[in-house]
Amino acid sequence: MIEESLQLAMDSAPYLLKGAMYTVVLSIGGMFFGLLLGFMFALMRLSRFKVLNWLSRIYVSFFRGTPLLVQLFIIYYGLPQVGIQLSPLLSALVGFSLNMAAYTSEILRAAISSIDRGQWEAAASIGMNRMQTLRRSILPQAMRTALPPLGNSFISLVKDTALAATIQVPELFRQAQLITARTYEIFTMYLAAAFIYWILATLLSHFQSRLEARVNRHEQDS
Amino acid sequence: MISVRNLTKQFNGQTVLKGIDLEVKAGEIVAIIGPSGSGKTTLLRCLNLLETPDGGTIKVGDIEIDSSKPLGKQQSKIRKLRQHVGFVFQNFNLFPHRTALENVIEGPLIVKKEPLATVTERAIALLAKVGLAGKENAYPKRLSGGQQQRVAIARALAMQPDVILFDEPTSALDPELVGEVLSTIRALAQEQRTMVIVTHEMSFARDVANRAIFIDKGVIVEQGDAKSLFGAPKEERTRQFLSKFISDGAPQNSAHS
Repeated sequence: MIEESLQLAMDSAPYLLKGAMYTVVLSIGGMFFGLLLGFMFALMRLSRFKVLNWLSRIYVSFFRGTPLLVQLFIIYYGLPQVGIQLSPLLSALVGFSLNMAAYTSEILRAAISSIDRGQWEAAASIGMNRMQTLRRSILPQAMRTALPPLGNSFISLVKDTALAATIQVPELFRQAQLITARTYEIFTMYLAAAFIYWILATLLSHFQSRLEARVNRHEQDS
Repeated sequence: MISVRNLTKQFNGQTVLKGIDLEVKAGEIVAIIGPSGSGKTTLLRCLNLLETPDGGTIKVGDIEIDSSKPLGKQQSKIRKLRQHVGFVFQNFNLFPHRTALENVIEGPLIVKKEPLATVTERAIALLAKVGLAGKENAYPKRLSGGQQQRVAIARALAMQPDVILFDEPTSALDPELVGEVLSTIRALAQEQRTMVIVTHEMSFARDVANRAIFIDKGVIVEQGDAKSLFGAPKEERTRQFLSKFISDGAPQNSAHS
């Protein structure tokens, strides 16, 4: 029994790993574009211009207030009806990025707001402009606060990519489903998929701890 | 050097500065004193536009900011002005993620785009000047309050400003650390640098400043030669304020510098 299961797992490994590649691409892509967009929305939220402020609020409210699965369905099944047809992979990437942006923008906004006003003033007093202040003084400090919740979001994203299976993306969970349908080895296949997700998440939290140690350098007693 | 005309500032409908006129000549050291809430810190912060005035003009060198016009359009002029005006904060406000040396080179390197080698050399010299040779690679967290404030002074000096503003530079310090910061400022005074100092250290102000200004309730009550303002104040309010200080024993604080 165990031998058979192992054999099956070995035979399925290439398919699962191919699926895992999709998972990794979706995770990294979603996080990358999510961070980029999220940073933009965070700056809009902190801006003096009321319109930008409200746009950002509405965006965050919508993408945090609706299920990710529904967002994916709107993009993949809904948009073609208004003439926008995206491939499954691209739909998933767009969906994850937009969703991620809402969460990262809140994290970044909170982290940026947590930096003492004196830091803005110190930068201003040596003649820095807003962008220089953000880049040189505020963001490096805000990253300390933002990294743990960003890491959490990233790990959530890795697991949420399984939702892409519902819009035909041949990612890890979808591959497990397909093999299961053929072999009826439900327990083994889903367990194998779970293990791969686990490994990815573990790698990620390891990477996160190292990054956190790096940005916290100046806090240590050297 | 600095010329302020009819400066006004309100906070939540309360007028904090009621039309201040102020002249500071090159090489002059001006002490601003007054009770808490008198507007002295606000005045100082207005000088480099950390606080947005509601009215009046501020001129440093040949850069003039007119607060009756939208300040949004004068931002680049304001940044230019700040490059000529050093500011030392009550709470130091060092960049905690940068070493002492990195704090000092930040302005000239990033804002003035001076070459790294030049600014590093200058920064090392400045840190030595404020008595912190050997602390170049220390992060602010590893430094005492007095050391942090001296790094902050070096950071202001690194921009090679025409004037330095000090906002109660020793108020956040433990009493035993006040002296080292005051002697650093004293040493700068001997170089004939233009400085404006808001302080509660009365005997320090009397010794170091050429001119003293007493502010109360948003107006300049009295100003003049520092020795005579402290020694023989003309106005009743000045006298009252100074007498309170002497009875508090506050001046002794700075006697050891």
